[in-house]
Amino acid sequence: MDIKIALAGNPNSGKTTLFNDLTGSQQYVGNWPGVTVEKKEGKLKGHKDVVIQDLPGIYSLSPYTLEEVVSRTYLVNEKPDAIINIVDGTNIERNLYLTTQLLELNIPTVIALNMIDLVRKNGDKVDAKALSEKLGVEVVELSALKGEGSAEVAEKAIKLAKEKNLGSRSAILDNDVEGVIQNIEAEIKGSVDDNLLRWNAIKLFERDSKAVEAINLPSDKKQKIETLIENCEKALDDDSESIITNQRYNYITGIVKDTVKKARAKGELSVSDKIDKIVTNRILGLPIFAVIMFLIYAIAMGGWTVSIGTAATDFTNDVIFGEWVPGLFDVILGALHVEEGTVLYGLIQDGIVAGVGAVIGFVPQMLVLFLLLSILEDVGYMSRVAFVMDRIFRQFGLSGKSFIPCLVATGCGVPGVMASRTIENERDRRMTVMTTTFMPCGAKLPIIGLIAGAIFGGSPWVAASAYFIGIASIVISGIILKKFKAFAGEPAPFVMELPAYHIPSVGGVLRATWERGWSFIKRAGSVIVISSIVIWFLSAFGSVNGTFGLVDNLFEDESIVTDEYVAKLADRMDISEDDVNPMDASLLASVGNAVSFVFKPLGFGSWKPTVATVTGLVAKEEVVGTFGVLYNYDEDAAGEELGDEGEGIWERVAADYTPIAAFAFMVFNLLCAPCFAAIGAIKREMNNRKWTWAAIGYMTLWAYVLAFIVYNVGGLIVGEVAFGVGSIIGIALVIGIIYLLVRKGYKPDESVKSLTAVNAAA
Amino acid sequence: MKTLKDTAIGETVKVVKLHGEGPVKRRIMDMGITKGVEVYVRKVAPLGDPMELNVRGYELSVRKADAELIEVE
Repeated sequence: MDIKIALAGNPNSGKTTLFNDLTGSQQYVGNWPGVTVEKKEGKLKGHKDVVIQDLPGIYSLSPYTLEEVVSRTYLVNEKPDAIINIVDGTNIERNLYLTTQLLELNIPTVIALNMIDLVRKNGDKVDAKALSEKLGVEVVELSALKGEGSAEVAEKAIKLAKEKNLGSRSAILDNDVEGVIQNIEAEIKGSVDDNLLRWNAIKLFERDSKAVEAINLPSDKKQKIETLIENCEKALDDDSESIITNQRYNYITGIVKDTVKKARAKGELSVSDKIDKIVTNRILGLPIFAVIMFLIYAIAMGGWTVSIGTAATDFTNDVIFGEWVPGLFDVILGALHVEEGTVLYGLIQDGIVAGVGAVIGFVPQMLVLFLLLSILEDVGYMSRVAFVMDRIFRQFGLSGKSFIPCLVATGCGVPGVMASRTIENERDRRMTVMTTTFMPCGAKLPIIGLIAGAIFGGSPWVAASAYFIGIASIVISGIILKKFKAFAGEPAPFVMELPAYHIPSVGGVLRATWERGWSFIKRAGSVIVISSIVIWFLSAFGSVNGTFGLVDNLFEDESIVTDEYVAKLADRMDISEDDVNPMDASLLASVGNAVSFVFKPLGFGSWKPTVATVTGLVAKEEVVGTFGVLYNYDEDAAGEELGDEGEGIWERVAADYTPIAAFAFMVFNLLCAPCFAAIGAIKREMNNRKWTWAAIGYMTLWAYVLAFIVYNVGGLIVGEVAFGVGSIIGIALVIGIIYLLVRKGYKPDESVKSLTAVNAAA
Repeated sequence: MKTLKDTAIGETVKVVKLHGEGPVKRRIMDMGITKGVEVYVRKVAPLGDPMELNVRGYELSVRKADAELIEVE
């Protein structure tokens, strides 16, 4: 039979490094059932029959956070054969707190005393032998970063698992409480697994809701236990949860006093403290923060020579997927005698290659960004970002860590959404995922450029307003959403460790970068490719004068495209005969024509902007591309690039829209459902169909409402739209938003309030 | 009643009692702020909240609203 070993420890204790060291590349990454907590397991190197289960980094086994509940459920229900408890040697006191809880599970345990190299470097002394004797379990010294000791830890764990050796564990609680716990044990004996007697007794003593629920005792026993607890609480003048926590820490303090000698005098600053003194300094803190964020933006997103990310993505888009891959497929398809203009050619080149290219194009930029974020995380700066920004972001229900996704989203929404991974609190993370793509990303800039150039004479105010609308949407959405039940509750408590700074490990950073990038390619890829093929199909096929097929080909056949038909099509599409082009006959145009009424109240309810909006789902820059096609802007004939002055298209666009309608169109396209790539990322991060649709639905609804207000109320103000039903609804919507902003939100019942949506894990 | 919120930067204080209840209190205790422990107030964030503490040999940050629940000597 396989041996299952669980790896448990605090965040920042080097658990991931040890896990990678033990399992090498043999890892399986997934999610714990029903929650977005990442689950990793792997086979121990050189042992085909030993499975290492990585548990989330946790500080305790309380019932209040998702990670803790997931870990508890696993340890109690799956009963691993052994636990490797990784303990940060530079921070023993708090790390041992989890250990005291793990030891109650009666599972063979070995303690891996990590960062022992750092302990020695600091001149501190940890007596591993004495520690082992006092705790009654094996302690192995380890430097996961250098790979020293990890093999020994694994061997010890296997040996203990095979022997079912629990060691001789010492009593943690002092006599009074120990007596009460033993009484509770006597009451529940037989109702629970004998191995978990102690665990359950303590949980009942703490009135742990999840444990009480799981055991389900008869009411007379419940009453008896409650009396025991109350008496003990009275005697010690404290609540039961605090009693247990205090006793655990007292026990640890006793052990640490005898086994750990710190070289540094109390109050003396470590190197990390000295760095932190400058980095989060009252005065220098914000400027340093701004510089670091600017550097990340510049390297990953910006348009300068240092901008590796942008350069790599441009290269991928323009050269690899602009020339090389299509060129390669041209050769292959040519060799197979698949001619240009056939269905198969179109499907492969315009559907699949272009679709995959749209996905892969993001990857280099994402990798650069993830590399930088992984470094920040590994160094320990990420928690300082939250420390510095918390004050601002919690005003609208987000966490300090939401800053990074929003910043990144100004470059590209896909890594923006994925950067939300570093937010531990599930509610904050969902809210961040839902709102972060409101920021105008790089691909939305051409839309802004088009509207600003064609309608507003290139006014810089259009772009400024776009960013303002994006930020305002995030803030307002944050305030409105957190008043709903699903997001309600106090902002997640900000009781957060600020880990000591350390030099990042190259392997760990590269690995974390690649894992994030790969999970995007793998999971989001399928969604985007299928969606791109559908859009391609709709835009390439259509019925021309009664003949169904590729519209481009059919339009070359003079016998089908008669003058009469062109006149009819022009009439149906409400354009002049000269402007008729193949796309007007496509299915997409028909669909656009049919659904364009939806956008009538927003002022742009003709089929062209409707189709442009739909193609924007493939990639936002497609909106402008589609305009180029639909307004018959012929690149070759005009001899100028669309990106140049583009006056050809601008004039025609300007003729078709009033300024306020064009602005409403821009607002809608900036805020509505993002491109398929970003939707894929949202799906990946939400890991839940309902939440994914809720996010997309909310964004689209918000975009519609805002565009409606812009057109109807804004139009009324500037005198472009006459007063009517639209104005009344628009004003009602404004009042509605104000009401949602100021209303008293849903207040969760204090007794069931928890740090995160723990119930999802049950 | 003096709380951790009122403690000046650079001061070391001893925790007397934790007020409040539920998850936040448990979290604070899980992180090592228990009765009798010494807490050193390292600094306050650039925008005035949260604050950074040194407790049991490591750095912990708590919001002032939560620090108000921690009674000190």
